[in-house]
Amino acid sequence: MTSRASERLDVDALVDDPRTRIIVCCGAGGVGKTTTAAALGLRAAERGRHTVVITVDPARRLAQSLGLASLDDTPRPVPLPEEATGSMHAMMLDMKRTFDEVVREHADPERARQILANPFYQTLSTSFSGTQEYMAMEKLGQLRQSGDWDLIVVDTPPSRSALDFLDAPKRLGRFLDGRLIRFLSAPAGTGAFRLLGAGFNLVASTIGRIVGAQFLNDLRAFVSAFETVFGGFQERAERTYRLLQAPGTAFVVVAVPETDAMREASYFIERLATDAMPLAGLVINRTHPLPEGPAARLDADRATSAAEFLEQAGSSLPAAALRLHADRVRVRERENRLREALVSAHGGVRVAEVAALPEDVYDLPGLRGIGESLAFADRGR
Amino acid sequence: MSEGEHRPQPPGGASTKARLHIVTGKGGTGKTTVAAALAQALASGGGRVLLVEVEGRQGLATLLGVPPLPYEEREMISAPGGGTVCVLAADAESALLEYLEMFYGMRRAGQALNRLGAVDFATTIAPGLRDVLLTGKATEAVRRRRGARRRASDAPSTEPFHYDAVVMDAPPTGRIAQFLNVNSEVAGLARAGPIRNHADRVMEVIRSGGTRVHFVSVLEEMPAQETRDGIAEISALGIRVGVVLVNMVRPPLLDEPGLVAAADGGPDLHALSAGLKEAGLDDPEELAAALAGEVRAHALRVRLERRVRIGLEDLGRPLLELPLLEGGVDRAALDLLARRLIDQGVRR
Ligand SMILES: Nc1ncnc2c1ncn2[C@@H]1O[C@H](COP(=O)(O)OP(=O)(O)O)[C@@H](O)[C@H]1O
Ligand SMILES: Nc1ncnc2c1ncn2[C@@H]1O[C@H](COP(=O)(O)OP(=O)(O)O)[C@@H](O)[C@H]1O
Ligand SMILES: [Mg+2]
Ligand SMILES: [Mg+2]
Repeated sequence: MTSRASERLDVDALVDDPRTRIIVCCGAGGVGKTTTAAALGLRAAERGRHTVVITVDPARRLAQSLGLASLDDTPRPVPLPEEATGSMHAMMLDMKRTFDEVVREHADPERARQILANPFYQTLSTSFSGTQEYMAMEKLGQLRQSGDWDLIVVDTPPSRSALDFLDAPKRLGRFLDGRLIRFLSAPAGTGAFRLLGAGFNLVASTIGRIVGAQFLNDLRAFVSAFETVFGGFQERAERTYRLLQAPGTAFVVVAVPETDAMREASYFIERLATDAMPLAGLVINRTHPLPEGPAARLDADRATSAAEFLEQAGSSLPAAALRLHADRVRVRERENRLREALVSAHGGVRVAEVAALPEDVYDLPGLRGIGESLAFADRGR
Repeated sequence: MSEGEHRPQPPGGASTKARLHIVTGKGGTGKTTVAAALAQALASGGGRVLLVEVEGRQGLATLLGVPPLPYEEREMISAPGGGTVCVLAADAESALLEYLEMFYGMRRAGQALNRLGAVDFATTIAPGLRDVLLTGKATEAVRRRRGARRRASDAPSTEPFHYDAVVMDAPPTGRIAQFLNVNSEVAGLARAGPIRNHADRVMEVIRSGGTRVHFVSVLEEMPAQETRDGIAEISALGIRVGVVLVNMVRPPLLDEPGLVAAADGGPDLHALSAGLKEAGLDDPEELAAALAGEVRAHALRVRLERRVRIGLEDLGRPLLELPLLEGGVDRAALDLLARRLIDQGVRR
């Protein structure tokens, strides 16, 4: 029942190492990526690093206590206590604004205006699946390039799957570079069009019928304006991707002790290995460690039979306490099994645990508390 | 699931003439599980119900413990007292191909489109198209008459419906209003033409008196807040809200005075250690101190859950409850959940 089998993820060693330049927090939706990213950023800053945290979708109250009043895509200083030896900035990713900036930076004003006004661009930059991941990587690239930051902590978008963070940018790049978009946006009668033959006319007209001719016109205008400015989308996505393999990058995979989230974490860890991306370790968030002392030694069966005995005797408070304890022990056993299974499947991945708190985490003291449990993880049974 | 009036529990009005039941809720609250239990409850006593999932997650296959399901309506669950639930894992690509074939007889062209990646393409560049195709598939099943294999409108309307009810395991609360607001979803697409007409027909079913959107919540603040927001958004679209299904309910382990005492000062340590001693446990005093912390946390949680429940009751919709089942949900557990719904008045 103890966690001896897994080695501890030493969070302080990770954030104190000056070679650590980027920490990426990944995981399934809702497991605590944003919380973990902010807590790591804060801990690093209070221990002397000059840190920026890119958050993607902080809960409203957390954003407020980080001084992020609105989505504005600019790092804002977070006021720290005097003892802090480093500094912390935080920003909230605004994917449209990041995208717009990229366009303005690369295109001459006239072409930038055309692109920004294009209806297809507007869909692409606000509601396309994959754009948020693509822009999170863009932003990471920009901040890294600026050289202003000693440590960048990245929170990842609330995707369905943790793998989306790695896959979505390339998928979007492939899509925008794909032969179909090229074909559809080629003016009729050009070489490419003739080469592909008459079957394609049918394809084009069917798509036109479904999505509407105006839509195809917008798409065409967008692709031609965009391409002259950027060259390939895919290449750009791959460039940022390589940043994630660079020395100095560390992935922290976040999960909660439930089957689905742990499975997701497991896939992600495998994928990091395949792509030669450095894994620092796994954070299991919202666990239920048992209190130290005699309660830790009282197992579920013994507690249940004692509860049954006391119920007969009409002693309701102690009976209820023992039933609660039995439940909690079973929960803890399940958590331990899930953790051990993952650790043994992945050759001793390093683990830190954070206990479930009775309330949401939304202010600096709360984040500091999470940082402390991360650093002193592994004490619970 | 009766019309508008607010009924306190038990909501006997959970029986309904509604034929399209859309189940939403915050992710992880149990949408898929509850949708399956609801389908089974609606099918009980000889009914025929279609259970559709639309998010491409194969959640129903996972729940039923079977390999990934194809795009096909399959009889997969039998309901209490006779009755069948057919299951369909719908995806936008297959729905588009089916649509092209059904409305244009474009079978070969459809296949060519698919090979070229055009179907994926069309549904990717126009996310609204994806949603229209999925809601379209569900509403087509709602309107389908017996004996009509294909287009819903082909058969004479005197035939009975093919399905008594259709239950959709829908997108989460954050996306549900957009997903169901089909007309505005296609606003950026063709201004006239087949998809627009299709969207109009879909919208008609969704706005009709035969459709209800049900919300799954658990007794925590965020899911309850999402339920509140979701109900407001859905109502604003002129779509009818059904019931609130409170899932994973745990019974309190203490009586009322015990809860109050434990939540305030902490439980009575003397009574606790005396009991532990009586049960022959080691170290009763120290153990009592440790267990007292667990009891207090439980009492605080029960108090929070009550607050959340009151907030949900104030929404003025019937509340149905489903218990937290130990060891997760398998088919037997699903049966149990369906029976619980029937006990609370869910009928066709
Ligand atoms: N250890 C914890 N105990 C209690 N609540 C937590 C804990 N970690 C995170 N939370 C809360 O859970 C919710 C989701 O966390 P968040 O970091 O936003 O997840 P994600 O970014 O993965 O979607 C937030 O309300 C947060 O305050
Ligand atoms: N009443 C219940 N008792 C116990 N476990 C449940 C219950 N309802 C759902 N679950 C479990 O909770 C998890 C999430 O449920 P699921 O139906 O997949 O939610 P959603 O579709 O909203 O994401 C699953 O593991 C499921 O087995
Ligand atoms: Mg987040
Ligand atoms: Mg689901």
